[in-house]
Order: sequence, then C-alpha cells, then structure tokens
Amino acid sequence: MVVTNGTKAVEVDGLVKRFGDFTAVDGISFSVEPGELFGFLGPNGAGKTTTISVLCTLMHPSGGAARVAGHDVVDARNEVRSSIGLVFQEVTLDDYLTGEENLRFHAVLYGLHGGEIKRRMDPLLEMVGLTDWASQQTRFYSGGMKRRLEIARGLLHTPRVLFLDEPTIGLDPQTRVHIWDYVDELRARERTTMFLTTHYMDEAERCDRIAIIDRGRIVAIDSPDALKASVGVDTVTIDTADDVTARDEIARGLTVEGEVLEGGEGLRMRVPDGESFVPRMFEHLTVGVRNVNVRRPSLDDVFIQYTGRDMRDAEAGAGDQLRSNPMVRGFRRG
Amino acid sequence: MATTAQPLPGAGVTDVGQVAPPTPERALVRNLRTIGMVWLREIIRFRRTPARIVSGLAQPILFLFVLGAGIKPLVGQTSAGGVDYQQFILPGVMAMSVLFSSLFSAISIVWDREFGFLREMLVAPVSRAGLVLGKAAGAGTVAAGQGLILLIAAPIVGVHLSVLQIIEVIPLLMLLAFALTAFGIVIASRMQRMESFQMVMGLVVNPMLFLSGAIFPLAGLATWLAVVTRLNPATYGIDPIRRVMLGESDAAPLTINGWVVPIWTEVLIVLTLGVAMLALAVRSFQRTE
Repeated sequence: MVVTNGTKAVEVDGLVKRFGDFTAVDGISFSVEPGELFGFLGPNGAGKTTTISVLCTLMHPSGGAARVAGHDVVDARNEVRSSIGLVFQEVTLDDYLTGEENLRFHAVLYGLHGGEIKRRMDPLLEMVGLTDWASQQTRFYSGGMKRRLEIARGLLHTPRVLFLDEPTIGLDPQTRVHIWDYVDELRARERTTMFLTTHYMDEAERCDRIAIIDRGRIVAIDSPDALKASVGVDTVTIDTADDVTARDEIARGLTVEGEVLEGGEGLRMRVPDGESFVPRMFEHLTVGVRNVNVRRPSLDDVFIQYTGRDMRDAEAGAGDQLRSNPMVRGFRRG
Repeated sequence: MATTAQPLPGAGVTDVGQVAPPTPERALVRNLRTIGMVWLREIIRFRRTPARIVSGLAQPILFLFVLGAGIKPLVGQTSAGGVDYQQFILPGVMAMSVLFSSLFSAISIVWDREFGFLREMLVAPVSRAGLVLGKAAGAGTVAAGQGLILLIAAPIVGVHLSVLQIIEVIPLLMLLAFALTAFGIVIASRMQRMESFQMVMGLVVNPMLFLSGAIFPLAGLATWLAVVTRLNPATYGIDPIRRVMLGESDAAPLTINGWVVPIWTEVLIVLTLGVAMLALAVRSFQRTE
C-alpha cells in the first residue's frame, strides 16, 4: 500500500460481501476524494449499509479490498477506526448518560484525554446548539437533538471521513434543514470528507458526486448535474386551449410525441433540450398557449432510470430490512 | 451561533495518515482508560436507575425476612453449630443478590445491541478486551455492591461481624460478582434478543441458585443432589462467604466425600472459571462478520 499526498479518502476495489448464498455487495469499485461530499444512493437492500459496515470495520469483506484514509479495512482496522466518524441510521446514544457524558465516553475511547476533551467538545456542542442541554440525560432530547449530538460526537476525534448513514431519516423537514446547516458549516470549517447515504433527493442534490448502487453493483457514478444530463431529457409541459390539436401539430412539425395528461393537466413532452425546443414549438402551434413549464431531469428521474424505482418508493419498500442492515444481527456471527 | 468559518481546535491536522503508530505503553494506557470509562458508564447508569436498585434487593429481602423467618422455626438449629436458618441463609442471600445483579447487568449488553450503543463501542479504535474488561468490572462492581448492602441486615438477624470479617467478605463477593459477570457476558454474546432473558433466568440463574447451597446446607443431601451441587460453580463462590461470615464450625463447610474443601481451593476454582469465561467473552467480541 502506498500512502501519497494524493491518497483517496475512501478507496474501494472489487469489494464483495456475501452472506451464505446471498451476495449483498458484488464487486464494487469507487473512490472518494478528500473533502468531497459523496452520496451513496440505492434502494433498500442494494448493499449500502453492508458497504458502510465493511468500510467502518464492522464486517470483513468476502473479497476485494477497501482503504479508508489510506488504511486497509482488514489489516489496519484500528487506524481506520481512528480515522472515521459515524452517524448511524438509528440513535446510538446511551439514554441514561447526559449529552456531555456521551461525548466524553466517545472521546476517551478515541484516545482524547484531559483538557483536550473539553477544548474539542465545547465548540462542537456550541456548533450543534446543545451547550445548554449538555448536562441533561439524552432520553429527554428530541429526535433532532439526538441527531445533532451524534454529529458532534462523530466529529469529536477529528475524523478524516464522516459516514452519515441516512442522518435525517425520521426527522421533520425543519429539523432536517437545521442539520444540514450544521453539516454545511462543518464542511466549511473542517474540510471533512463526508460519505452520505440518503433517500431524500434534496440531500442527494448537495453532493459533489453520487454513486448509485443497485443489487450489489454500482450502476452510475458522477456529479448530480452530469447524472441528470445523462438521463438526457427535459420535460416540457404546456397548457393550451386544445391539447389534442397541439399534440398533433407538434407531432407533425417537430416529430415529438406528446402525451395529453388526464383531467386537463396539459400536454407533456420529453425532449433533449427543453429551452431551445420551446421557441421552435411555437412556430408550429396554432392553438393558444396559456402556460409553459420546462423541467430539467431531477435526481429522481436519474434514480428511476438506473434502478427502476423511485427514491421515495425505495425508502418505503423496506422489505429487506435485515439484509440491508445486517449489523443489528449481532457481533457473534461467523 | 458563530457563522465565520473559523477552524475548530485540532482541525486542519486531518492529513492522511495522521494516526500515530501506537507504542505498547500508549496502547496500554489507552486500554486502561477505556476500561475505566466503560466501568464508569455502568456505575452512572446504575446510579440513575433507582428502580433497578430496589427491585434487585426485593427478592433477597423476601428470602431473608419472609422465607427465612418462616422456615426458621421448622429447621431449628442447622447442622453443626449455633446458627438459625435466617443466619444461615444471609450469606446465601447476599450471593443471590450478586448472582441476579451480575447476570442482569451483563445481559444488558443485549440492550446495548438493540439500542445501537454497542455499535458505537465496537467501531471505536480500542481493543475488544478493553471493552469486555470494562463491562465486567462495571457490572461486577455494581453486583458486589448489591450483595454488600445486605450486610445491613446482618445485625437484624443476629449475625455479628468483626471489621476483619467484613474486609474478608468484600473481595470474596467481588470475586463471585466478577466470575458471574464474565459468565453473563458469554451468555449475552450468544443472545440475539432481550426476549430470551426470561429463558436465561429460568434455565440458568434459578437452577444455579437453588443448586448452590445458598438456601440449604450441603451436608446430608441425597446423592444426586450432592453431586449436582458440587458440580455447580456457584457453590464454590458462596461457600467461602458463608465460612467467613459464620465461622468454620457454624457454616457447615463444603465437603466432597468427607474432605473439607479448603477456602483457597474454592477461590482458585471460581477465579479460574471467571478468567476462562472472560477469555471466552473477549473472543466472542472479537469476531467480525
């Protein structure tokens, strides 16, 4: 293994993870640059959590290799553990400890001691707005407060890479916005690499790059814009005096097959470049147009294109809870 | 909230490969700190759950003051010496308290797993042995405390202890607590869900208690019962406590085929089993899927 200045924050090479006959992760390769906000998306059971479990040393890979901050996840487990922070899907605080005690517990296990703990802890507590709550037991915290404390905890030991496994799942929209404010501030301050899984499109949108995993394989990896461009079509919707006539005129003049939406919702067309299409469309229309809407492809469209499923459906269809979350099954499995 | 992008202390040193190679001394200090912290967590949690303290004492007190007082007139003086039944079972009831508390605390690892805190510990860059030792030390301390507190009942039932006796009882209770906690951690590592707890109580804890000589003397038993009690490790943890508290002649010490088992042999047996259990517990934590 060569550690150079160009070391990736995360480097995955042909990673395989099997549980018996079931292959949860099927030879994936990708890398994450230092400082990047990297999104790791996929339907439940696609292998996201399994991949994270391997990267954070909770599971052994069945094949291939992975390095985090330049350290091999099998040979240098403790170095990997020191280099990462984790915010899990579920709350992993001790309810009966106060916020401060939870942080201290973490700090000691990560080798901080003495005044160093307080120096590191206090500004983090302030950043997540929990200074006044630090001496309360966390069972009195709201879901959003627990999450914020966990984010502060994940950062306590100055990790190279912070894993955020659906950090805002189950939180109300306002709390989600707050959490992201903290995350943004954090990235500005500490340049921490972030490895994010999420089912929320707006969160995926914030990523520098996104990998989409489906059935244990990476099916797409690029920046959100490039991914959207790869879908290749904008959606143009017009509302006219006579949608059927409009559809026929456009079909004749521009060879674009439109779709008349039910309930007078207008005429929808999928075209490569919506903005240049609209003026050309007007040259062929004789019916009056009341309204024009051009929509770029969303990450939802990207997600559907590559996995055949909707991002939100993927969240609801949690039929593979166990498979997607094997870590909960215990530490004693061979 | 500050909005300026000032780096936090310690930030900016996050260059790749920052993790210093651990020297043996540093690793040792780190492990000791981990043990201390995991121990402290157990103590804090115990302090904050008064219901657990009270319910942990309920059963031993029922045994001592209800069962003990009720059976006392039936039994009269036990075997050799001048102790009545209540006095006889006091050490047994203390051991009972230790038994329940140790196994319950150890099995709380299963809670930790269900509530995710176990994972927070397992992804930390510390040795699994440190985590297990800390857990055993913490749960063991709590359990020994739950046993010791029953010494308050000693004068009430007429057992008068010297300071020396109390000083001798403490390490013996701690030894029993530590061994049982280690055993409990091994059970917990094989338990997937908290629902199995009832089964553990029924199939492990209660038989261990009833077949240990905690509540009846081990002399003059039917052969099968004599054999089973002497195969039960808890017997060797409880007998020394009774011998110290009641004195050799009144305690009806454990005999095997007429041979009076020396206290130090009993201590060695419990210590060996405790260490073995601990090693097993560490191993079950070290496995990675």
